[in-house]
Amino acid sequence: MSTETLIFEKGGPGRRAATLPTLDVPAPPLDTLIPADLLRAEPAPLPEVSEIEVVRHYTHLSQRNFGVDTGFYPLGSCTMKYNPKLNEDMAALPGFARLHPQEDASLTQGAIRLLYELEGYLAEISGMRRVTLQPAAGAHGEITGLMIIKAHHEHQGEGHRDVVLIPDGAHGTNPASATLAGYTTVELKSDAHGGVDVAHLERVLADHQGRIAALMMTNPNTLGLFDENIVEIARRVHAAGGQLYYDGANANAIMGITRPGDMGFDVVHFNLHKTCSTPHGGGGPGAGPVGVAEHLIPFLPGPLPGREGDDYFWEDAGPLSIGRMRANCGNFLVLVRAYTYIRFNGPDGLRHVSASAVLNANYIMRALRDEYDLPYDRACMHEFVFSANRQKRQGASALDIAKRLLDFGMHPPTIYFPLIVPEALMIEPTETETKETLDEFIAIMRQIAREAREQPELLREAPHITVVGRLDQTLAARKPDLRWQPETAPAATAAVAT
Amino acid sequence: MSQTDQPENLKYAETHEWVRVEGDEAFIGISDYAQDELGEVVFLELPWNEVGTAQFKAGDRFGEIESVKATSELFAPVSGTLARVHETLKDLDKLEAINKDPYGQGWMLAIRMSDPAELDKLMDAAAYTKFLETAGH
Repeated sequence: MSTETLIFEKGGPGRRAATLPTLDVPAPPLDTLIPADLLRAEPAPLPEVSEIEVVRHYTHLSQRNFGVDTGFYPLGSCTMKYNPKLNEDMAALPGFARLHPQEDASLTQGAIRLLYELEGYLAEISGMRRVTLQPAAGAHGEITGLMIIKAHHEHQGEGHRDVVLIPDGAHGTNPASATLAGYTTVELKSDAHGGVDVAHLERVLADHQGRIAALMMTNPNTLGLFDENIVEIARRVHAAGGQLYYDGANANAIMGITRPGDMGFDVVHFNLHKTCSTPHGGGGPGAGPVGVAEHLIPFLPGPLPGREGDDYFWEDAGPLSIGRMRANCGNFLVLVRAYTYIRFNGPDGLRHVSASAVLNANYIMRALRDEYDLPYDRACMHEFVFSANRQKRQGASALDIAKRLLDFGMHPPTIYFPLIVPEALMIEPTETETKETLDEFIAIMRQIAREAREQPELLREAPHITVVGRLDQTLAARKPDLRWQPETAPAATAAVAT
Repeated sequence: MSQTDQPENLKYAETHEWVRVEGDEAFIGISDYAQDELGEVVFLELPWNEVGTAQFKAGDRFGEIESVKATSELFAPVSGTLARVHETLKDLDKLEAINKDPYGQGWMLAIRMSDPAELDKLMDAAAYTKFLETAGH
């Protein structure tokens, strides 16, 4: 197996990519700026490298990486659509890129206007009344939305409501966020049709009378199926005193076609990196705006962008607000990209995005359903879930199929999720792929199904032609090696860094 | 579902735990089907320091198991007091016993039963095999 050197292993003492001029103003002593007990005893052992070493190192790593710019990426539930370069052009405009977030409103009218308009667009797309742009990711949006729901119940004198209902196919972030918000979660079963089992919902509501705080749902759900009972589900949860939270992870299926607000939801979060083509970026900045219905507006984080005539300003949050969820206005340049995407597509374009995403998913599903088991046999929305049960009996699991796809230069689908489908293969092509790419993927998946029948060991040993072969994921989970240390680490430095 | 083994002398819960009765103690682990579905186990949380003190009602959560695929909760099939916990499984390298020998070295804990009649509510091997074929998951 090949090994990669870390940037820490490159370079040499004193080597620099840039030199700074001598300071021409007096430097205040460091311990007047930062408490002395928080200062390092010795400087951190940072890499000392020249510019060409830095550039080659990261260019090399980027060439080893797989991204939407290099190949098909049907990672279900993640909406790995192409990120148009126009978004980058707009985010790089100096008036946006070099703006200081605490600049006075009189000097940032364009930026506030952009946020004000983006809020309006997201409200219109989701059927909500107002939207906070502060949350920095989808899960951050979830905790924001749940805190708003909690503040609402407390304000109603219903602070004892402590149960959040979550369907068994939900994203793992839903129960995690509900737990973090101080709620107990109760799982809702799916019915044979792949939707929420309404009879089970009814029993759960009766069992927890007076305790229901909210139902968290995504529609379409993680099976890629639209829950046609949503209006009835919303009615029953509202009748039990609960609020409805819409996880926007699958919003790419519904833009311009239906709206969470019309389905009866009270809170919605968006994943702009999924639906609005902002980068998923290696843990980098994201955005998870949260929209709310009229009755929840007083609880939103502030400030919110406001407008009077041609004047844009920041409107402070009221006394019932849950408070800030992030400094300043959130990840501004991510929001610029989402704004660009929405303006570029326009209402008809966004509707076309969702229609194409749904069409592409159904095209693949129908072309492969004779080779792979389809546990919920219905027209799907933007994604669908196969089961590799048949292939597992032949000696190749969903994991093996995923690894084999790498040999063909394609990213695997999401596997083993949702948990309610054994050997799940969750496929989401998105709208941005050509028919040729979809056909190529279909041909490869058919070949892999044939290989599973005829020579399953080929799959079990895959991938064969990637730079790195199959990794020992068990060892990686049991004994993760997360930290590199120089062999002669100064003891004091190591202690400070821990 | 691939072929899995359901020994005759055990009782099974719908949440895929098995029970083996020795005197008034119920030894508990997860079934061959459960370990096969989970894949390689990488982490196990049990009430390691609560022998003699932890009380369970049938259906209570007694721990959590994490595999390369998923994290699942573990539920007590019967009520009673925690009598033993399988200390060997504290060692992450020994967790493969759950995959390789789920009914033997993969046992997790033993509960001193307060109501042995509860055993009648659990499935026998034939019923559990049928349950796996019909319910599937």
